[in-house]
Amino acid sequence: MNETAAQQTQEQTLEEYTTADGRKIGSVMMDLKSITLRFGGLVAINDISFNIRQGEIRAIIGPNGAGKSSMLNVISGFYQPQEGEVWFRGSRRPTMRPYKVARQGIARTFQNIALFEGMTVLDNIMTGRLNFMNTGWLAQSIWLGSAKKEETINRQKVEEIIDFLEIQTIRKTPVGRLPYGLKKRVELARALAAEPNLLLLDEPMAGMNVEEKEDMSRFILDVNDEFGTTIALIEHDMGVVMDLSDRVVVMDYGRKIGDGTPDEVRNNQEVIEAYLGVSHD
Amino acid sequence: MTDSNTAVSLPMLLARNVERRANAIAYREKEYGIWQTWTWAQAQEEVDALAKGFISLTAARADYIAIIGRNRPAMYWAGIAAQKAGCIPVPLYQDASAEELAYALDHCGARFIIAADQEQVDKIADISSELSNLDHVIYLDGRGLRRYDHSQMTSFTDLQNLGREQGDEEELVRRASELTADSTCVILYTSGTTSRPKGVVLSNSNVIETAKNSCEFDNLTAKEEVLAYLPMAWVGDYIFSMGQALWAGFCVNCPESQDTMQSDLREIGPTYFFAPPQVFESQLTSVMIRMEDAGKFKKRMFDHFMKVAKRVGPTLLDGGKVGFTDKLSYQLGKLMVYEPLKDTLGLRRIRVGYTAGEAIGPELFDFYRSLGINLKQLYGQTEATVFITQQQDGAVRADTVGIPSPGVELKIDDSGEVFYRSPGVFVEYYKNPESTAATKAQDGWVATGDAGFIEEDTGQLRIIDRVKDVGKMADDSLFAPKYVENKLKFYPDILEAVVFGAQRDKCCAFINIDLTSVGNWAERNNVAYASYQELSQHPDVLKIIESHVGEVNASIAEDDMLAGCQIHRFLVLHKELDADDGEITRTRKVRRGVIAEKFKDLVDALYDGSSSIYTETEVTYEDGRKGKITATLEIRDAKVISSKAEAA
Repeated sequence: MNETAAQQTQEQTLEEYTTADGRKIGSVMMDLKSITLRFGGLVAINDISFNIRQGEIRAIIGPNGAGKSSMLNVISGFYQPQEGEVWFRGSRRPTMRPYKVARQGIARTFQNIALFEGMTVLDNIMTGRLNFMNTGWLAQSIWLGSAKKEETINRQKVEEIIDFLEIQTIRKTPVGRLPYGLKKRVELARALAAEPNLLLLDEPMAGMNVEEKEDMSRFILDVNDEFGTTIALIEHDMGVVMDLSDRVVVMDYGRKIGDGTPDEVRNNQEVIEAYLGVSHD
Repeated sequence: MTDSNTAVSLPMLLARNVERRANAIAYREKEYGIWQTWTWAQAQEEVDALAKGFISLTAARADYIAIIGRNRPAMYWAGIAAQKAGCIPVPLYQDASAEELAYALDHCGARFIIAADQEQVDKIADISSELSNLDHVIYLDGRGLRRYDHSQMTSFTDLQNLGREQGDEEELVRRASELTADSTCVILYTSGTTSRPKGVVLSNSNVIETAKNSCEFDNLTAKEEVLAYLPMAWVGDYIFSMGQALWAGFCVNCPESQDTMQSDLREIGPTYFFAPPQVFESQLTSVMIRMEDAGKFKKRMFDHFMKVAKRVGPTLLDGGKVGFTDKLSYQLGKLMVYEPLKDTLGLRRIRVGYTAGEAIGPELFDFYRSLGINLKQLYGQTEATVFITQQQDGAVRADTVGIPSPGVELKIDDSGEVFYRSPGVFVEYYKNPESTAATKAQDGWVATGDAGFIEEDTGQLRIIDRVKDVGKMADDSLFAPKYVENKLKFYPDILEAVVFGAQRDKCCAFINIDLTSVGNWAERNNVAYASYQELSQHPDVLKIIESHVGEVNASIAEDDMLAGCQIHRFLVLHKELDADDGEITRTRKVRRGVIAEKFKDLVDALYDGSSSIYTETEVTYEDGRKGKITATLEIRDAKVISSKAEAA
């Protein structure tokens, strides 16, 4: 990762600044240039460009079917756009399998929770450490010295995350027995276990009650603050988006119709129309 | 070696333990999923580093250091370190609201505050303008605090490091050596049911003498294990986890978080355990709920052996004789049910268990005793450094609270109020000479405020009620609300009850349902409900409560003296009585006056004969915001049994 940092000079560097609450927002980390994604004849993403800066919380909003999740899937490498370039840490990212993208320090959660229901919370979070397990299957199966040491280190990291997200009580509980709100938190824990630089959250607060949303917002802010993790999130709750994020991208029918601070976006005529609807007569 | 009798302060007791058993485990805390341990020597090093840190922060003798947070070894060390640096520790309730904290912090004039985490720091920040003496806040968990203004804030470890690097060792030794048996050991604020909290000043000799006596009473040794999970600001925890732990030299185990208490309890398996009745009750409720869901075979086995246990368990525990077949059945039950159950509950290794604070239901009490758990009752208060009376092994009953603890003298005055005198009697109420004089006489006798009597044949004390609550009804018959409320609360469906009737012609009651128990009943019987409020007004729930009230009336009617206390009408409240709303104290004692005033409309409706009432109530949420809830409550008449005198 150090070598990519060296190449960063060629990339446009926006000025660093400090937010009102004292967080440092750095240079561009992820730059998406003219991305177009098609499924057959359907254009899911139509020539969209925007960037994500180091240390910021970046929201992607838009009505249902606007292409938000597809955008997240492009960032995570799950979809390959037909046109456009993905620049990460100053260099163009070639076509890459998702697991390699993950190794670059990008982790995500899913809109429909994708956890191993039969496994305990602890084991689920441990799977997030996969990229930190280098010993072979043989060493692991006979619990050899190096495998043991490695697991201890991984377990310690996982325990720190359990402590951070306050899920000690459910450590040994199978995920299938947990309520929805807690499952969401476990998914966040698993993503954090990968120690990401960029964390992608697909509707982290969908289906939650007010109290659960407040908790989740707190955790997202704390993750950003404590670990310095850059966060890109999709969310429908406008109150949450406007409170949490530094900058917002607005999508509608695969197009970008707004980009800027929450205040700028809120006053954007096109955005208002997309959300409130407008009569075409 | 320091003789144990010359240890006159807690820091000296700590030093004594280091000399005796430097490498024995003194503290455990579950952190990151693992039990971390500290030996006595390590604990002393941590305490000294912190104490020197205090001195470096210019803490002077007799400065007050408040401690706010959950049970953690570092918090206990803070208490000892404060004393060692010549200061006075003041533990406060961590779930207290900002205003409640402001009162205590301002009253004692705390110069330093040890705060557990961001939540506590935020509360202090809210009230800092009222705290003129406040100099520095020391936080334990720095999460979320990085960008706070640190000019008056330090982390716990930074302060310790400051003490380690630049601490004045000589000054610390000098200050520690100045401590005497009469120096203040701690100030504990009581959560008064009627008035502002009072700061109870306890001296070193109060704490150490009491710890010594009570350890001898139950033969507590360095081998005990305790789980420290009750509020640190409560005198009980101070004695169990500080006084007795330091005296006997046993290990204090701190749970990972408040919510993991049950699983941590199981992992530790304490040998000495204290819990208020509601902890035992919620444990029993969860066992019963799980048995409802168990398979037929398991359920039958459980029912069968619990019957055996109920019949012979308590007798066996008290060392009595039972028949050979009963003995055999009990042994079999032990193998099949009791031991596995005790293990699940985390009570398998209990040698001495205590409950106090509220009356415990005989059913509940017997359940635990029948399993072979040596559960006993004690009676105490902050002003006595806990112990007034306690039960001896082999002489345990649900309706008494035991014989006077070692060193305690007891007397009952003409009005029936219990008085005591003991080495544990508090020094004074801090900055409150009037209250001190009203409670503690010149010759050391202290009024408990409780009415009771000593049973002639056993010498055990029985408590009837608070003196100020015991009153007369309009027809001059005796009114003892708590007696009736306790009988109601013995039903698992009823969480809380408030009985009215002083100076009135009949008794009426408010009742709070227990959501765990009633909710489970609803689930099993396909009763749909959306909220606590809806469930509480469900006709079938009201019917169940009505039958409970009827049974209680029948049992009260048997007692000629109290027959007038039968409940004629009752309603089920639409909200749980909550300490945040000031309706009960932090230790869950009912505040009668507050409730009667706040729900005046409901009380009036109980007495004017109406069959339902519409009401609006203000509630306070956990984060301090206020809201309103509205409800229409049904008022029901209960079955009342006419007294024997009338019938005759």
